Amino acid sequence: MKKLLRYLKPFKKQVILGPLFKLTEAIFELLVPTLMAHIIDRGVGRSDLPYVWKMGALIVGLGVVGLGCALTCQYFAARASQGVGTLLRQDMFKKIGQLSHRELDQFGTATLITRVTSDVNQLQVAVAMLIRLVVRAPFLVIGATVMAMTIDLKMSLIFLAAIPLIGLTLYVVMKKTVPFYRTIQKKLDRIGTVSRENLEGVRVIRAFSRQEQEKARFDDASGNLAGTSVRVGRVSALLNPLTSIIMNFGIIAILYFGGYQVNSGALSQGQIIALVNYMTQILLALVVVANLVVIFTKASASATRVSEVLETVPSITQQPGAAVPAPTAGCPKVQLRDVDFRYFTSENALTDISFAVQPGQTVGIIGGTGAGKSTLVNLLPRFYDAVAGTVEIDGQDVRQWPLDALRAQFGLVPQQARLFTGTIRENLLWQVPDATDEQLWRALDIAQASEFVQKLPQGLDAPVQQGGKNLSGGQRQRLTIARALVGMPPILILDDSASALDFATDAALRAALARIEGSTVFIVSQRVSAIKNADLVLVLDDGQLVGSGTHHQLMDSCQVYREICLSQLSEEEAAQ
Amino acid sequence: MKRDTRKESPVLGRLLRYMRPHLLFLVLALLAAAASVGLTLYGPVLIGRAIDMIVGPGQVKFTGVLYILLWLAGVYLLAAVFQWAMTLCTNRVAFFTVRDLRRTLFDKLQKVPLRFIDQSAHGDLITRMVSDIDLISDGLLQGFAQLFTGVITIVGTLLFMLSINVKIALVVVLITPLSLFVASFIARHSHDQFRRQSAARGDMGALVEEMVAGQKVVRAFRYESRAQDTFDGINQQLYQCGVRAQFYSSMTNPCTRFVNGLVYAGVGIIGAVAAIAGHLTVGQISAFLTYANQYTKPFNEISGVVTELQSAFASARRVFAVLDEPDEPTEAPAVLPRSDGSVGLEQVSFRYSPQKPLIEDFSLAVQPGQRIAIVGPTGCGKTTIINLLMRFYDVNSGRICISGTDIQDVTRQSVRQQYGMVLQDSWLFSGTVRQNIAYARPDATDEEIVAAAKFAHAHSFIKRLPQGYDTVIGEDGGSISQGQRQLLCIARILLVSPPMLILDEATSNIDTRTEQRIQRALAKLMEGRTSFVVAHRLSTIKEADNILVMRDGHIVEQGRHQQLLDAGGFYAKLYASQFEVQETAAQ
Repeated sequence: MKKLLRYLKPFKKQVILGPLFKLTEAIFELLVPTLMAHIIDRGVGRSDLPYVWKMGALIVGLGVVGLGCALTCQYFAARASQGVGTLLRQDMFKKIGQLSHRELDQFGTATLITRVTSDVNQLQVAVAMLIRLVVRAPFLVIGATVMAMTIDLKMSLIFLAAIPLIGLTLYVVMKKTVPFYRTIQKKLDRIGTVSRENLEGVRVIRAFSRQEQEKARFDDASGNLAGTSVRVGRVSALLNPLTSIIMNFGIIAILYFGGYQVNSGALSQGQIIALVNYMTQILLALVVVANLVVIFTKASASATRVSEVLETVPSITQQPGAAVPAPTAGCPKVQLRDVDFRYFTSENALTDISFAVQPGQTVGIIGGTGAGKSTLVNLLPRFYDAVAGTVEIDGQDVRQWPLDALRAQFGLVPQQARLFTGTIRENLLWQVPDATDEQLWRALDIAQASEFVQKLPQGLDAPVQQGGKNLSGGQRQRLTIARALVGMPPILILDDSASALDFATDAALRAALARIEGSTVFIVSQRVSAIKNADLVLVLDDGQLVGSGTHHQLMDSCQVYREICLSQLSEEEAAQ
Repeated sequence: MKRDTRKESPVLGRLLRYMRPHLLFLVLALLAAAASVGLTLYGPVLIGRAIDMIVGPGQVKFTGVLYILLWLAGVYLLAAVFQWAMTLCTNRVAFFTVRDLRRTLFDKLQKVPLRFIDQSAHGDLITRMVSDIDLISDGLLQGFAQLFTGVITIVGTLLFMLSINVKIALVVVLITPLSLFVASFIARHSHDQFRRQSAARGDMGALVEEMVAGQKVVRAFRYESRAQDTFDGINQQLYQCGVRAQFYSSMTNPCTRFVNGLVYAGVGIIGAVAAIAGHLTVGQISAFLTYANQYTKPFNEISGVVTELQSAFASARRVFAVLDEPDEPTEAPAVLPRSDGSVGLEQVSFRYSPQKPLIEDFSLAVQPGQRIAIVGPTGCGKTTIINLLMRFYDVNSGRICISGTDIQDVTRQSVRQQYGMVLQDSWLFSGTVRQNIAYARPDATDEEIVAAAKFAHAHSFIKRLPQGYDTVIGEDGGSISQGQRQLLCIARILLVSPPMLILDEATSNIDTRTEQRIQRALAKLMEGRTSFVVAHRLSTIKEADNILVMRDGHIVEQGRHQQLLDAGGFYAKLYASQFEVQETAAQ
């Protein structure tokens, strides 16, 4: 967390000068009650009119200079806090770009997004407050006390008694309420959860006519929230009345003891007024301190979350001396030797996997959910590193490849059809930024997407909304296939990427893929029909490679494969 | 300004209606606020009087001072008590009003036609339910309290000042609006910057969300540096806007404080001059100085409250927009008795939007126990049929009958009870396995629940769960697989045993063994029941008594498998494409 402090470094000037300007203003502010006391004691007391005007002008003058100082400070605060935020966001985004899949999995997408956006915002606010208020508020408290001391040492004892009391009240009330804010947030989340469930399940709820029970569930959640809020409110409502009572009793004490001081001639009337004013200033400053405590509590949580990201070391990096291997004839395109892999648990996700794929072959990978199919293909472009054994592309361990060159070997169609805001063309150009339209259309043809893209009024330049919301699931999936096909990468991976296609389109797609020459194709699927005709079928079961060969070989030799086939195809289809 | 209030008054009026049940506390809050403010304002007068009794050495009237101070202590204690009471009352009003508003909104969601829920973004509705209503609570109700105390403070201060000295009071009154003017001047100028900033922030949020969520794709396509360039661009833009917006808005505080300083100085000077002339006592100057501070503070606060109120009104409008949606049309009170399983569609026409005809003049007669398969490419509108059968949507013309009764002549509930529905994205709510199975019949005994689970082939996996039937399933059924969720849904239906079924066959996301179980369970479930199946597998289609072929939302063909093949239409093409391709690929 300390490392975050270096983000303040480029703004050293603002961070140091800003509070100084603010301090100047605060000093002026502290002088005002004393000056007013002079006006009353010397001006009014001795009927010295010019003195009144002189001091009055001085107060206004101090105000003008103070305004200038305050504005300068605000400007510095804006520059520094926004600047820190900008740098933090930039570095975090860069860091996220370097993280490996393993770290991305560990964090999770949702939290990374909040960390870059709202956590950084939180820190931005903290930096602004640091410059604007952190020095000012305590300074006003101390300054007002010191000023009171200069007026009368004995009277300042009242201040020394009141300040800790107010501080203690702040501390107790906040200690009692702050933890509850988390509880309230949880209860609010519960309201969101019940609402979401209700909307998602609306058909089932209405089919079973369970609206009344749902309402009861919601009433419970909303009543619960209201009850807790009221209870917490009861304590936090004490804060203002208690602090003002302490302050006002301080004022009463000033008047009471001040009376004796004035009577004995140790104090003047104007000085009593000044003391009363200082007391008021302290209260206002302490309220600010209370807000600051809340802001910095939040900010320190954010800071931890931000630095967690920044300090994460990516597990997969390019090794020194990495180079693209020279092509050798007869070498398998992809080869795995005794590969073990596990995620974050002690249990293996893949165990002892070995196979070799010749250039141009089509490989089908089949197995139930959680059998390790996607995991297996994720090892090839080195999204994850194997725990044991080696993964070789063109006869060289993937860890010896330069990362960019390695990944340029692959065209990947992920399970989730994810497109990005922009146009269809921009989405297709991800693989090869300078691909020609001809290349794009060819990819669209194979992906069975050219027909619908042609029908769009703007064709390739048709807009794609965030996440591809304006396209159907099937259209999105075909576009992600086309995106991978642009530039005809040497290795194509289709990770269960035909799930949203109907069987006719799926079949046409497979026929078109079969016609591609030169590329090695990996097809991950749960549908036997999708992989039946592959040159090599790999059957995974619970992380183990339980069969590899052609469809016919496996029908004879592999029990798991035969079970899968018979559950999906009729006897004669399976025998074909 | 005037046009604004006219526009907002109905919103305010409606909100006040939700506050009505808590009227007592609202009135108490207002009374407490008035009392607390009045007493607080009385304080400086007493202080002033006390100061006037402390004139100088040997001129202090101790008994008088003591008497006033006792008074003062009482006044401040009472003021604090009233302030506390006010906060308690406004809290009650605020929290209970939003609770009621939330409940009303939730009620509404139970009553709106499905069309509305299908067409709204669920995230947006949830935002209205959670954050918008929260904003109403913060902004409107608490802002309201602040506004009210602010106004009372201003009026009260004014009265006290006028009662002490009219001339000086006028000075304060004249200078103070300056701070309001300055604040609104700054607000107007920073508003523009804020808009630009929030636009830039929105862009940034969208980009981050997209790029971080799509990080694995980014990695696969080596898009990192291009993404970073785009990001840096937007980030710089956000910096520029951010500095300006933050600076402009943070000008308000020093500027208004400066104006307050002017007022303070003005009162001091004029007060001193008046005191020298003998029109004013020193104690009165002190009271004035305190008032000068108090008078300007609510002005500053009110300008803040106004923006809060505006956003609260905006949120309230979004909530009321949902509440203004029409309910499902009222229905005939008659109840449809348990049907024998015959369904008739007579010249049914239906469209989601008036311009796009979907189902035109469609007729279908289903005998008890028949199996109807619905086939077609993805997105062809197979759910439309389900929507009409279950009366989630009403037909535009024609009629749908169950056992000869038009389903529009009976209650929706009794129509929906005729069907058991198993959809692909099976819905479970957060609760135990037992509660989920007994969802439609909370009175079911444990034996019945276990029997249903056994029948649905779900018992064996439930037993293996950490707490068996009492295992809590998270939101969206997080802890169990999709196939297992479907088995639970089947068990749920078995418990009610409806005469007819609506099924959505799984495509590909379920592992083979669970799928086999589901197949067996469904087959048992379909025995003797009329069933409508959105079909993906050939065997189901071949065995169906009638196949509805859909394309782009329309029903293009219907008939038995062989009939449709002979007809050589769209179905034949769909069917042929599969085998044709398989043959070419096999070559």
